[in-house]
Formats: sequence, C-alpha cells, structure tokens
Amino acid sequence: MTVQELIDSGMFAVENVGEGTDREITQPFCCDLLSVAMGRAPERGAWVTVMGNMNTLAVASLTETACIILAEGAVLDEVAKKKAKEQEITVLSTDEPIFEAALRIWQKQKEMQGNA
Amino acid sequence: MDEVMVLTYDVPPDDFTRAGEASSDVKSKLKMLGASPAAVRKVAIAMYEGEINMVIHAHGGKITVEISPQSIKMVLADVGPGIPDIDLAMKAGYSTAPDEVRSLGFGAGMGLPNMKKYSDEMKIETEIGVGTTITMLVNM
Repeated sequence: MTVQELIDSGMFAVENVGEGTDREITQPFCCDLLSVAMGRAPERGAWVTVMGNMNTLAVASLTETACIILAEGAVLDEVAKKKAKEQEITVLSTDEPIFEAALRIWQKQKEMQGNA
Repeated sequence: MDEVMVLTYDVPPDDFTRAGEASSDVKSKLKMLGASPAAVRKVAIAMYEGEINMVIHAHGGKITVEISPQSIKMVLADVGPGIPDIDLAMKAGYSTAPDEVRSLGFGAGMGLPNMKKYSDEMKIETEIGVGTTITMLVNM
C-alpha cells in the first residue's frame, strides 16, 4: 500500500500531504519516544505516535519515514504544522488509540496484498 | 568527486526547534552527491543524535563534516560539561536529560548507543569542564 492509497482509504484525517506519496509503506511502527524512534523507525514506515512536535518531523524526515499518523487525537502544534508543509511530510491523524490505528494500517496492507 | 568536501555548522544552544537543521542539510547534500541510501540514513541518524545531545547537554557546539568518495567523517565538538563516565553514558537507557527534554520525547538514553550503532567508527574524547569531541565515520 502506498502513502497515497492510505490517504485515499479515508481511514485517517489528512493534516498535510507531502512529497513521495507514491512510496510503498513497509510496515506500521508505533513509538512515542523520539530517541527510540530515531534508532528503530523502519525506512518507509507508517509511524503512529502521539508526539506532534517539530522534532517528530525531524526524526521522520531523517529516518525516511513514509508518513506520520497522529493518534489519540494528538495534533501538530503551529510551528510543526508549518514545518510539515515546508519539509513536505505527510501527516495524518485519528482519535483512535495507537494500537488500533497501527492495526488498521496493517490489516489494510494485508487486504491489499491479498488483492494484488 | 575526488576531492574532500568540508561542511561546517554551528549548533545553537537550547533551541530544539532548530536541532536537526545541520543533519538535514548534510542529508540532502549527500543525496545530491549520489551517496547510497544506506550511508545517507546512517549519517543522518548518527549526526542528528549528536546534534540533539549538543543542544541538551552542552549549550550547542560546532560540527564539521568531511565528505570524501570513501567515507563521511563527522566531528562534533562542544565546550560543555564533559562526560564523567563514558561506559555508563554508552549504556542504552541511561540518561541525564532534564524533564523538559523528556517531555519532548527525548532523553530515553539512546543517543550515544544510536550514534555507535549507525556509525562505522566512533571515538569520544572528553574532559570534565572542558568539553567533548565525538568523531564518527561512516563508510560510503
């Protein structure tokens, strides 16, 4: 499933659409500690987190994360929103808890693989 | 590209909104130079961790990056408090970061371990009250 396909699925609200939405998502990734995410975030992963600050965006960009999903109703602060636009990072959001959000991505991926 | 490209950056103190600018810049330059995605990712992660450490612990510092066809060498120098016990600081999970830093999602004690993990060589020179210089090498 590509980032664009995840956006089009309507599962999550769209905060910002960035570059590279044709990238294939490798796997969902759950983490709220940026230091851990820095070392562990998979390349082209869909990162589900409640941390919506500037540094989340920096970590996403440096680890080549495909997109960020803010869970539990978390939002980007104003500075981060601006940065997401500038850096062209795709950010989605949901009121669901982290696990449920990640599980839905994973299920959708399996479903699409099955159809392929 | 036969010669060595040298880049220098000032890391501003106590400014978490700007931390990562130097690593992002190096990352995009390496991409333009055609470095392998694996090398780019290693440099970006190792250098960002170093940058964050300088902001948290050392009131900023200076980073010099030398890019050659064989490798990328990063030298991160600060005039901070120094590291009293390197072995302890290298232990995953050990952190002396203050609470406000933790509330941003940092301070999990993974900075130095991540830097070691993502560089091919790492050297720490530190003196209490004088500062710390960390040299990291990533092969192309």
